[in-house]
Amino acid sequence: MDFTFTDDQLLFCKSVQEFLQQEVTPAAVRKSWELDTGRSDERWQQLVNLGVTAMLVPEQFGGLGMNELDFVLLAQACGQVALPEPLVETALVATPLLATLAQRDSRCASLLEKIATGERKIAIGHAANNLVCDAHVADFLLLPSGNQIHLVPRDQVKLVAQASVDPSRRLFAVEWSANDETCLVSGPEGVALLAATLNRGALGAAAQLIGLAEAMVQMTVKYTSDRHQFGKPIGSNQALKHHMANCAVKIEFAKPTLYRAAYTVSKRPVHADFAVSHAKVAAGEAALLAAKNSIQSHGAMGYTWECDLHIFMKRAWALDKFWGHAGFHKSRLHQWLMNPNAKIGADKTFGEQVA
Amino acid sequence: MDLNYTAEQIAFRKEVRSWLEQHVPARPLQSFDTKEGFEQHRQWEQTLAKGNWGMVTWPKEYGGRGCNLIEWLIFEEEYYRAQAPLRVNQNGIFLLGPTLMEYGTPEQKARFITKMASGEEMWAQGWSEPGAGSDMAAIRSKAIRDGDEYVINGQKVWSTRAVFADWVFCIFRTDPASDKHHGLSFIFVPLNAPGVTVRPIPQLNGLPGFAEIFFDDVRVPVANRLGNEGQGWNIAMSTAGFERGLMLRSPARFQETAKRLVALYREHRNDIVDLSIEDAVVKSFMDAEAYALATYQTASRLMSGGKIGPESSVNKIFWSELDQHMHETAMSILAARAELLPHSSAAGDVGTWLDGFLFAQSGPIYAGTNEIQRNIIAERMLGMPRK
Ligand SMILES: Cc1cc2nc3c(=O)[nH]c(=O)nc-3n(C[C@H](O)[C@H](O)[C@H](O)COP(=O)(O)OP(=O)(O)OC[C@H]3O[C@@H](n4cnc5c(N)ncnc54)[C@H](O)[C@@H]3O)c2cc1C
Repeated sequence: MDFTFTDDQLLFCKSVQEFLQQEVTPAAVRKSWELDTGRSDERWQQLVNLGVTAMLVPEQFGGLGMNELDFVLLAQACGQVALPEPLVETALVATPLLATLAQRDSRCASLLEKIATGERKIAIGHAANNLVCDAHVADFLLLPSGNQIHLVPRDQVKLVAQASVDPSRRLFAVEWSANDETCLVSGPEGVALLAATLNRGALGAAAQLIGLAEAMVQMTVKYTSDRHQFGKPIGSNQALKHHMANCAVKIEFAKPTLYRAAYTVSKRPVHADFAVSHAKVAAGEAALLAAKNSIQSHGAMGYTWECDLHIFMKRAWALDKFWGHAGFHKSRLHQWLMNPNAKIGADKTFGEQVA
Repeated sequence: MDLNYTAEQIAFRKEVRSWLEQHVPARPLQSFDTKEGFEQHRQWEQTLAKGNWGMVTWPKEYGGRGCNLIEWLIFEEEYYRAQAPLRVNQNGIFLLGPTLMEYGTPEQKARFITKMASGEEMWAQGWSEPGAGSDMAAIRSKAIRDGDEYVINGQKVWSTRAVFADWVFCIFRTDPASDKHHGLSFIFVPLNAPGVTVRPIPQLNGLPGFAEIFFDDVRVPVANRLGNEGQGWNIAMSTAGFERGLMLRSPARFQETAKRLVALYREHRNDIVDLSIEDAVVKSFMDAEAYALATYQTASRLMSGGKIGPESSVNKIFWSELDQHMHETAMSILAARAELLPHSSAAGDVGTWLDGFLFAQSGPIYAGTNEIQRNIIAERMLGMPRK
């Protein structure tokens, strides 16, 4: 029993985090809003060079052969800077799905190799979301159709852009028709893979939500230390201190649920529904509270387009509802817990473990 | 990260479980806030000590087993699962014990730890005073040096279990010219010393769970001082770290309450019309689970050389509010019967929920109020301006 990350995991995360903090400043995020695609090819290539798109690609396809647990801290770091590029959806959600199919499907195998090198981009749809993020910059789309999953070149679909409140998010309704040629998998296996995809999507969203919450608290601590009223920093007032302390409590207790979810998805996927839903609900609550308390602590400044806070707030509001809203995940928890056979109790935090 | 128990850890769990199955009293003991109940609990402590289960994390020389923190968590999980009695000597074993090991002289360790572990000597904590609650640095009770002794005058209040305990560990002002957190020292006083008067204070449930202690020219040897003169504040803060941090409230306690809450809800599900109740039950369960996960995370970190920091304040807020929420939810399920004392004939299965509900009201107050914890988090963890 050891609930810590390895030094390697922490080190890798730190190097990527440093890059992100340096490159993906609020000013840089605003700049990407001006771009047609909203996405910086240059930044994507830099991320590829750091190896992050290759992390979950199996070694035999030119990747690093890592897992969701290795990636979860990076996903959190993406949230901390509100990264506009779809790194989490690509590396943590689409890649493992392709990897599952790559052994028997050469299309998936070759696509994986090219995702690792940055030559190809992928977007992923799911019934939980309706819309597909970043479909416009993808070469291929992974799309569900009933119990099937299809791999469709972008030039075979019609994209209808849907504007989000978060100017960083680029969402599309996808019009397409399924055919045998594009179908990768169907039947019970398709259902299982779609379910696993939902869990990875929710895991990635939860990680980003926690990162976003941390960023909002950090911004607010700085703002309330600098801004003076009544001859002293507004942050010296207890009401504001307690707003931030409440966020810290939510964040600190969401984190271990996130890390358990990442572990469970990578090591015991059959038990992942419960762990992932717990993390998604806890992370969503932390991020929503951080948004609410942060805007309040900023006063009118927080209600402006100019203040960087909305970069993070809007992402939090969006991701809280993406890959399953709170109602969806809570209902999974309810079902699990209300089952008379549910194995619960102090000795079963990590499931039933007997010799 | 490896969230599997090792074969040794699983074997340890089995060993704990089977010992508890054989030894936990079949019928619940009386409240330790009654004289009889206190003695029953003292005997239980002695039973634990005889099996070397009193404080599993302590070194073997003090009656422990030298267990690491993961094993401690396993022990606690089994302990609450078995519904074993609450620990009457918790102020001693969870708070003073670890502090003694860090700051005590070899003589003090030999003298005090062993008897604490064996259940022979029960401890109370004497820090708060009428004028020093949240502002503990306002302590005014004095211990003035006179040769090899201190002469103590003043008053402590809210001292848990002091009515029946044998000793109290206190913070006194040893430098009368000092103020705030300077000039304080950490001193042990036997509660039967001449000049000590203990006045019981009934709590919400009517039982004398804490007491006021008056000191009137009480003399104790200088050897009863822990650490250096004037070091009292720092030592107290490290004790408070244990109190809020890891040891005082292990997650198993809340997980077992959550489990009982789920059972209570399932039983009454068909009569419940308030749709928010099921959500509160699930939330309680998830939060108890999150507290366990966070504790495993902290334990793992401490075992690989980390130190406990401001997370002890975050913990304290979380568990105390969780406990309140769980009991509020149980009261909502019991509805009109919730107010009934368990011996009333119409009480049905109200059980210990009301008792727990009353006690849960004190969680956000003791061990440093939650408002004070929020100040600490904002200032020391997040770096917000003090003034
Ligand atoms: C069940 C129980 C057991 C206890 N056991 C012991 C024991 O064994 N030994 C012992 O020494 N003490 C014990 N205490 C006392 C406990 O430590 C104090 O109650 C606590 O420190 C608060 O002090 P107070 O009660 O004087 O409240 P006060 O300090 O008067 O506080 C009253 C209210 O004002 C708020 N407040 C005060 N100052 C601030 C501030 N700066 N910012 C914001 N809000 C503030 C508090 O948060 C609280 O809500 C126990 C208390 C309880 C309830």
